[in-house]
Amino acid sequence: MIKIKKASDCRESDITPEPVYKKRREFMKTSSAIGTGLVLGGLQGNALAALDVSGFKKSGYTTDEELTEFKDATRYNNFYEFGTAKEDPASNAGNFNTDDWRISISGECDNPGVISLEDLMQGHTIEERVYRLRCVEAWSMVIPWLGVPLASILQQFKPNSRAKYVAFKTLLDPERMPGQQRSVLDWPYIEGLRMDEAMNPLTLLAVGMYGKPMPNQNGAPVRLVVPWKYGFKSIKSIVSIEFTETQPKTTWNILSPGEYGFYSNVNPEVSHPRWSQAKERRIGNFFRRDTVMFNGYADEVAAMYTGMDLKKQF
Amino acid sequence: MLNHYATKPLVFFLCLLPFIWIVWNALYGDLGANPVETVTHQTGDWALRILLLTLLWTPLKNWTGISQFIRLRRMTGLFVYFYASAHFLIWFLADHGLDLSSMLEDVIKRPYITLGFSAFLLLTPLAVTSNRFMIRRLGRHWKTLHQLVYVIVLLAVIHYLWLVKADYLEPIAYALVAIILLLSRLSAIKNIGQHSRSAFNSRLHSRVSPNQ
Repeated sequence: MIKIKKASDCRESDITPEPVYKKRREFMKTSSAIGTGLVLGGLQGNALAALDVSGFKKSGYTTDEELTEFKDATRYNNFYEFGTAKEDPASNAGNFNTDDWRISISGECDNPGVISLEDLMQGHTIEERVYRLRCVEAWSMVIPWLGVPLASILQQFKPNSRAKYVAFKTLLDPERMPGQQRSVLDWPYIEGLRMDEAMNPLTLLAVGMYGKPMPNQNGAPVRLVVPWKYGFKSIKSIVSIEFTETQPKTTWNILSPGEYGFYSNVNPEVSHPRWSQAKERRIGNFFRRDTVMFNGYADEVAAMYTGMDLKKQF
Repeated sequence: MLNHYATKPLVFFLCLLPFIWIVWNALYGDLGANPVETVTHQTGDWALRILLLTLLWTPLKNWTGISQFIRLRRMTGLFVYFYASAHFLIWFLADHGLDLSSMLEDVIKRPYITLGFSAFLLLTPLAVTSNRFMIRRLGRHWKTLHQLVYVIVLLAVIHYLWLVKADYLEPIAYALVAIILLLSRLSAIKNIGQHSRSAFNSRLHSRVSPNQ
């Protein structure tokens, strides 16, 4: 059993004092600039390469279930920014340029600002975590993600006591994301977590999978992975993280509030109004298997929802 | 051209192509990351497309005056049943492991499945009576029975509309085509109305109607 942090815990003393932290950031900026210079020199001025994820460490978060084939995990995607058919993202995201990616950190925190992805990941060890991914459409995969616990990232920005939720936003750029030229969803895609969910050790800010940088069609360069919730909660290509006091709006909930709740925890007992969630097809299998409560992560997350009626707060 | 001996075999082959594509890819190619879904969607799509084609022959005949289009109607209708059966069977097998009670529970609880399953059930008597023997045996009832196809096409397009998550473009396109094809028949009914009116008028005026 992993101890679950409460929303109020995120101002604890394990956060690096600000002066030390700022100094460290300065140092990292300088050193990364030197590093970049070396790389650029070597590449003769070519565009920056994708984030280096090669130094990742295996983590204890794993499963003995068979991995989904890389080929399938990268050609069967719900990423409406690149089209609504499953193969559309693989076909349309090839030229998506994620160089010089910046993320804005705002809202109820002491250290807001805009930070490059490289700087955001500096000082964090990238881990490999094998998680089950359960889509709301009743299919599932097993994917080895590379990333950093979201909690350790968020703590850098010193969320204050009013920070009860975290809101995320995907890039809005219909030129680079052609799917946004049609108003299938209310762009940009937005998602959110309660603070304790965001701080849960399972919640991962992922920058790669299968030992490689995040493929464009899977949410490059940085996405969320919340393995006990339906896949649409794991927002892709994040450009904004905002600490909020009130529950943020979320894209699928805006589209159809009766079908997609804010929590959207995997729950075989709560049907989607139009289809059952009791079973799922693991990609690569012919027959369906039983869906497990919280996608099999009840030990790590169930305590966050004690006292809640999960049929009402689905 | 429509009278050509090769027309029917050609249309037969064209209608069979999606099935050949599926079998070929299942054996030698690749049906994507979720083959069950691919086959389910493909067979469903083609059942609906060919159903719309089946409903096109009559208006085509009316608009062009070429009655030979009707020769293709039974064959395409049977292809609808062929793809609808495949659509149902792959779902019954892969999603429900041929478990009848589990399948029926889905039919009862999920409205879009209720509609799709009803459409499939209603197609069955049409397929069974698509032969000369049954046409003769049913007489004037045969036509009434086969007008069920108007209900079936509505069930089919709503079945599709109802299962979509956000992108309604394709199902709406099918629904529009279905509505146009149905409306084209309504105006035909209107014409019949005009015919009977003019027949009434001509009787009233004791002279022969100029129409036909």
